[in-house]
Parts: sequence; structure tokens; C-alpha cells
Amino acid sequence: MSGPFAAVVARDLRLAARRRADALLPVAFFTVAISLFPLGVGPEPQTLRQIAPGVVWVAALLAAMLSVTQLYAGDLADGSLEQMLVAGGPGVLDKLGLVLAKAAAHWLLTGLPLVLVAPLFGLMFDMRPAAIVSLALTLLLGTPVLSLLGGLGAALTLGLRSGAALLILLIVPLCIPALIFGAGAVAAIDAGQSARGHYSLLGAFLIFAALIAPPATAAALRIATE
Amino acid sequence: MSPPSFRLFQFAAPARFYGLAGALVPWCWAAFAALAAVGLWIGFFVAPTDATQGESYRIIFIHVPAAWMSMLLYLVMAFWAAIGWAFNARLASMTARAIAPTGAMFTFLALWTGAFWGKPTWGTWWVWDARLTSELILLFLYAGFLSIVSAIDDPRRADRAGALVAIVGSINVPIIYFSVRWWNTLHQGASVSLDAAPRMASMMLTAMLLMTLAFWAYAFAVVFTRTRAIVLERDRHAGWAREAVHATRTGGTPGMQT
Repeated sequence: MSGPFAAVVARDLRLAARRRADALLPVAFFTVAISLFPLGVGPEPQTLRQIAPGVVWVAALLAAMLSVTQLYAGDLADGSLEQMLVAGGPGVLDKLGLVLAKAAAHWLLTGLPLVLVAPLFGLMFDMRPAAIVSLALTLLLGTPVLSLLGGLGAALTLGLRSGAALLILLIVPLCIPALIFGAGAVAAIDAGQSARGHYSLLGAFLIFAALIAPPATAAALRIATE
Repeated sequence: MSPPSFRLFQFAAPARFYGLAGALVPWCWAAFAALAAVGLWIGFFVAPTDATQGESYRIIFIHVPAAWMSMLLYLVMAFWAAIGWAFNARLASMTARAIAPTGAMFTFLALWTGAFWGKPTWGTWWVWDARLTSELILLFLYAGFLSIVSAIDDPRRADRAGALVAIVGSINVPIIYFSVRWWNTLHQGASVSLDAAPRMASMMLTAMLLMTLAFWAYAFAVVFTRTRAIVLERDRHAGWAREAVHATRTGGTPGMQT
């Protein structure tokens, strides 16, 4: 990991560490949202086991979308975003690096905790061990996609009224492949099939998002700040 | 009389486009009326009754052209939005903005008529089939474009952000299409594909193509009209726009402004 990249990531982590309650909100939302489903759908273990992968994935998607709205808002408010965008020269991150570092910080703060918490919900939804492992694995592959695409939405809706709702409308349709392959892999494992195809497609989607989202996000930041 | 010199970007100037589009709109409406009348007449009275689906199949004369237009208009919208962003061409951005509501309308029309067709044929208004789901996501993409463009007050920023959304969305269209198809093959079940329809009689095909051309004419008429309104709104401080509005108010027909 290069120096300036790590510095931007570490800065975001340090900022989050100083506002711990804010940093824990996505996981809290995830927990509350998932807990609603057994109450709404009914507590039959058979039904719960069937809907668990989709429920966990949808909750992770919404938790990522809700938390990513603030990714660039604080930096825009105190002027540091413009400084980071205009800065150049050796030892300074370019726009792509900045966008990637911000997405990485968001993933460490939101995606990784969700991956760690998800197996717990697998147990509460009466999933089998193999399916729980698969759920954690798909979230590990899929949540970086959410952070990358969510960063694009955050840059597009920077400083807009009702930006959070707009971000969900813009970015959720783009995240649908991750949801389909993620939940599909777990369902395949549960049905006794191989989930290898789903993992491969999820990995391919991650690579695709990592290639497409940073340039698009950099362009969106330029549009928003000029 | 000297031969008219043709310049490719002559009508990229909003004032010239305003005049040209104004002259073309009545013709587009006339073409729409004629094509739709003939297409619907053939579709509803001449084309034979389908052997398996009965009379209810006749909704495809609206449904299939609407579905084609919904996908085509998204790509056209993304194309003009990208041109407007890349070359700073104001008219291209305004055209993209004018296309979006019509594209969304056709998407909704395709979904709505599809539901009407699905009830007697499949026995259900809606299935989470590949085609239906991807068409629904197309509607979301249109909604995303429309809402980001209207959420940003500065027109230049709105055009560029909308262009970015449209381009990213158009990359995603095939991904959505294929991923949902794979998803659907895993969840086998109620997936009645349109590909499995019986071979089409030539009269049916004629009616469908006529309706497609009619929808093209309609789209041109509506998009031209809407673009003219956007041009007037954006250029309201320019002299020619004031004159055009004044001419319309006093009953005169605004001709070519050069």
C-alpha cells in the first residue's frame, strides 16, 4: 500500500474513531432491519431459512447506501475535498487514488463489520453452517462493490437536497447484480448445488465495478465541485 | 438562386433548431396519426386471430413497439447526453432531457400492456421473469436520470451529472439483462418466454412494424415539442426567444429564425 493512499484511509478511520456512535450506525441499522423480518413474515424456521440470504443481502445493501451519503459531505463542508482534488505532484494522491481510498475506508468502516456480523444472523435464521460460510463469503466479495458504487452516488448527489433518497434511487438499480449473485450463491449452497459460478460472477462484477466506478466517481466529483 | 450550402452543425444552434423543430412537429403528428390509424386497423381487423392465444394477442401491436422504443430511447438519450457533456453542446443535453420522459412513458406503457396481456395468457398480472424485471429496472434508470436532473438547480451541472448517470446506466443495461437471465434459469418455473410465441403471420408483422413507425413519429413529435420548450426556457433572456414567444402570443407562426 502506497503512502498517500494509506494516509487518506487512516484519516477517515481516525475521523470515524472520534465519532464512534456514527460509525456504529450502519451495523445498528443492519441489525434492526433484519430483526424486523421474522416479526413481519412469521417465525417459522423453514420460511426464515429460505428468505435469510435475500434478507441479509437487502439489509446490507440498504445499510451501505444509507451510510455512504456522508462519504464526501464532511470533506466538502470543511473545504478539504477541494484541496485534495486540486493537489498534485509527487507523494500526493491523484483523483482515482483518492476515490479508491475513500471507498476502501468506507468498506473498512461499513462493509467489513457487516461481513463479521452476518454469520450471527445466519444462526438466528436457522441457516446451515455451509450456507452461513457462503453468506459471509458473498458479502466479503459483494460489499466492496456497494462501497465503490455507493461512492459514485455520494459524489453525484453531493450537496443536493434529499440527496440520500436520490442516491438510493440512482445506485440501487446498479447494485442489483451483486444482490442476485450474492443471494443466489447462498440459495444454491442451500439447495445442494455448487455456488462456484455465482462466486465467479460476483468476483467479475467486483472487478468491473473497481474499473468503472473510480473514473466515474472522479468525474462526478469534478462536476459537483467546479 | 445559389445552391443551399449544407453545414452539419447548422441546426445545433438552439435558435435555428427551434425554428426547424417547430416546422417539423405538425408533420410528425400527421405521420403518427396516419401510421397509427393504418397499423391499428390492420392489427385489430385484418390480422388473423391467433390459434392459441385468441384475440388477446392483439395487445402486442402496442406492447412490442413500446418495449422496443423504451430501450432504444434510453440509448439515444445516453448518446445525446454524452455528446452534450463531451462537446459542451447545449442542444444535445436539452434533447437528452426531452427524451427521458417519453422513454419512461414507453417503458411504463410496455409494462402496463404486458400486464394486460399476461392476465389472460399467463393467468397473472406479473411474474418476476427476466424480461419483466429488466424492463422494470429500465424504468428505475429513467426515474434516476429524471430525478438527478431535476434535483440540481444549475443547468450545466444538472446536464453533466445526468449524462454521467445515463452513461453508467446504459453500461448496466446488458449486465442486468444477462444476470437476471442466469438468475431465472436457476429459479426455474413460471418463465413463459416471448421467444416461444408461434411464428407470426405476415399481416401481424406488418401491423407491428407500422405501429413501431407510428411510435417513432410520436416520439419525434413529443421530443421536438419538449426540446423547444426547454430551449425557450433556457434562452429566455436572449432576444430571439422573446421574439418567438411574442410571435406565438400574438397568433403568428414563428418561422425559421436566422
